[in-house]
Amino acid sequence: MLDQRVEGCHPYVEIAADRWREVARFLRSDPRMRFNFLRCITGLDLLADDKLACVYDLMQLPLDDPTTLIMKTSEFAVRVTTDRNAPSLPSVSQVWAAAEWHEREAYDMFGIEFTDHPDLRRILCPDDWVGYPLRKDYDFPLEYHGIPATTEFELTNPRH
Amino acid sequence: MSWIENRFEEGLIMTSLDWAINWGRSNSIWPMTFGLACCAIEMMAVGASRFDIDRFGAGAFRATPRQCDLMIVAGTGTYKMASRLKRLYNQMPDPKYVMAMGACTVGGGPYFKHGYHVVKGVDLVVPVDIYIPGCPPRPEALLEGLMRLQDKIRHQTRAKTLMTKAKEAALR
Repeated sequence: MLDQRVEGCHPYVEIAADRWREVARFLRSDPRMRFNFLRCITGLDLLADDKLACVYDLMQLPLDDPTTLIMKTSEFAVRVTTDRNAPSLPSVSQVWAAAEWHEREAYDMFGIEFTDHPDLRRILCPDDWVGYPLRKDYDFPLEYHGIPATTEFELTNPRH
Repeated sequence: MSWIENRFEEGLIMTSLDWAINWGRSNSIWPMTFGLACCAIEMMAVGASRFDIDRFGAGAFRATPRQCDLMIVAGTGTYKMASRLKRLYNQMPDPKYVMAMGACTVGGGPYFKHGYHVVKGVDLVVPVDIYIPGCPPRPEALLEGLMRLQDKIRHQTRAKTLMTKAKEAALR
């Protein structure tokens, strides 16, 4: 169910992709660890392992909540990996509302499909952009709607 | 107009009219607020009190393109923004000028090599009259560009060309 790997400077726990939503709900609702603040979702392209990953930075903010048992804020990260050729992760936008736009950005930049996401479409690039830019093997298109993407010098001396 | 043509030197009235028109136009350029990114901060600095652009008569920044004659493209142009840029340029009435402010609009700037979404130079989208390099250009550089634009406007002749066109039409 859980593979745990606690690293040094940025401690994270690695979770299997198919159980991620349950773990997220647990992390949010359990009174011992109310991780109610999702700070960031970072996409990773692990070209060597042929995988794509997402790292979720979570934080506990002790609110005026009498049922909480935590006394100070602390943070924690969770990493979920998926295969590169058919990347798919369960969406946690029901658990943390901030995940909605962060998952859209991960979809836009890496192509990770989030299941049960309410509105999965590109957020930064235009809707008819081809490709996923932050992947390591991305080659940007030479033209977009008639506007050339490189200058004439770069077309003859390409350096990527 | 023939009774007046040979009384004075060639083209006195038309060139004086030209001079007056161009003086008026160059000293009242109304720019459009088109700040896209960091260069917009420098454009705001130019509009503020220390590097006052209003002393050139160009302090009336209009938000609508229909009322302005200069578009200062201040900031990185992206592909998503390029269609809007072209549309706003088309909405400006003639005579219109475009000033490319900052390295991003001149030739892609720091995003020249790896910027997948940056238009490498806004002159791929709209015709540019003045290029101002810098990242961001100092406010004095923007004012220098404005003064060069004023020189460009002052050397344009509109009344004279109208007069020559009228003459040719009369001779035909």
